[in-house]
Amino acid sequence: MPKPILTIKNLTKTYGQNVIFQHLDLTVNEGDTIVIIGPSGTGKSTLLRCINLLTRPNEGQIWLDDLEITAKGTDEDQVRQHIGMVFQNFLLFNHLTALGNVKLGLTRVKHLSDEAATEKAMRELNRVGLADRANHYPGQLSGGQQQRVGIARALAMDPRVMLFDEPTSALDPELIGEVLEVMRQLSLDGMTMLVVTHEMGFAREVADRIVFMEKGYIVEEGSPDEMFNHPKFDRTREFLWKITELYGKKEKEAE
Amino acid sequence: MDFGQFISYIGSGTVYTVGVTLIALPSGLLIGTILALLYVYGGKAAARIMNIYSTVFRGIPPVVLLFILFFAVSKGINLSAFWAGSLSLGVVSSAYQMEIIRGALLSVSGDQLMAARAVGLSRMQAIRNVVLPQAVRLAIPPWSNEAAIVIKDSSLVYALGVPEILRRAQLIGASSQQYLLAYLSAAVIYFLLVSLTTRLLNQLEQKLSIPSNP
Repeated sequence: MPKPILTIKNLTKTYGQNVIFQHLDLTVNEGDTIVIIGPSGTGKSTLLRCINLLTRPNEGQIWLDDLEITAKGTDEDQVRQHIGMVFQNFLLFNHLTALGNVKLGLTRVKHLSDEAATEKAMRELNRVGLADRANHYPGQLSGGQQQRVGIARALAMDPRVMLFDEPTSALDPELIGEVLEVMRQLSLDGMTMLVVTHEMGFAREVADRIVFMEKGYIVEEGSPDEMFNHPKFDRTREFLWKITELYGKKEKEAE
Repeated sequence: MDFGQFISYIGSGTVYTVGVTLIALPSGLLIGTILALLYVYGGKAAARIMNIYSTVFRGIPPVVLLFILFFAVSKGINLSAFWAGSLSLGVVSSAYQMEIIRGALLSVSGDQLMAARAVGLSRMQAIRNVVLPQAVRLAIPPWSNEAAIVIKDSSLVYALGVPEILRRAQLIGASSQQYLLAYLSAAVIYFLLVSLTTRLLNQLEQKLSIPSNP
């Protein structure tokens, strides 16, 4: 019996009259890698932000394991420790080295000693292949390296689930591979992941389930095989066809 | 009397000039930083109050404020002219320093705060550990400007009778009838103080700059 880590029920987010998404249900089981795809502006990023409470949903509930994190009086800081987030624009702390970026949460939130934090941070940097860049500042790293530090920073907190918000969209084509490789390895290691991306190769190869979102609704979800080869809805087929063609073109340009 | 004697007599007022500056600048920084944090992160009501504070204190000539604060404060508490003048200048400077720090805080992208919150830091921790260290670096160049202004404005306490550089220049000018020489000597000393301070702050800026590849 798979154990749900994230359970989302009837989630609705609006900004004024503008409905971002409505009555959304989604379950993420332990060890799953779920890829969310869909046109831009369909609320994928907002959904991730709602999950780690950076944005408050208007309606609905989210459970992390058995804890309802949308309940009143939830300690947001406590919840966020257990949910790792990787941003499209990396958002490393500019004034800290790679090591400092990974250590900050360990010393300030987990209250590890400086020594223990350094050791743990170095292990995480090593995991993303950047131990030799530990003392470099974000401005001295390539985009791909910055994003890997971003992943290490989130991993260092030993999260229950990792959220990726278009982690490769801001990268030059030749730098995308190194980030996807780290993510693929994480998925193989059994990390529970929720990934918003347009990288169809990654979705096809790594995802346990693909969720297709459009205009604030989940149109269809299923295994990569179901989604790519026998989608139930024409809209899914159309979108996948379009995005795969685009992706293929980008691949060719990169060569 | 030769130039050397002028310089040494007037120069002995440097202690007061430096003293006034060393009280006014840090007290202005402390107040200014707290007010800037309230302005940016304290909500609408706080922002409105800070805006009034800033507008009032920046809208009145420092020397007028100096007199008002001096006579208002010295009525309540028994403060020497030196301390009353220094603290008054600190209050004046705090309004300018608040604007400097506020600008720097706003220049640090809000995304930095969000990323810190995502790691699990509280709002206070995120501001302290992520936003402020970056804002301080951005604030040094305009702050260096304010430091120069405070050094020069310290001459205003002469109006309260503190024997600082300008006061002494006036005294020796009157007794020797060599006003030009006296004020030129004062100008030289002020200039040296300001340029030394600016240079030190430039070095600090270099030292704190975050390495990056071009």
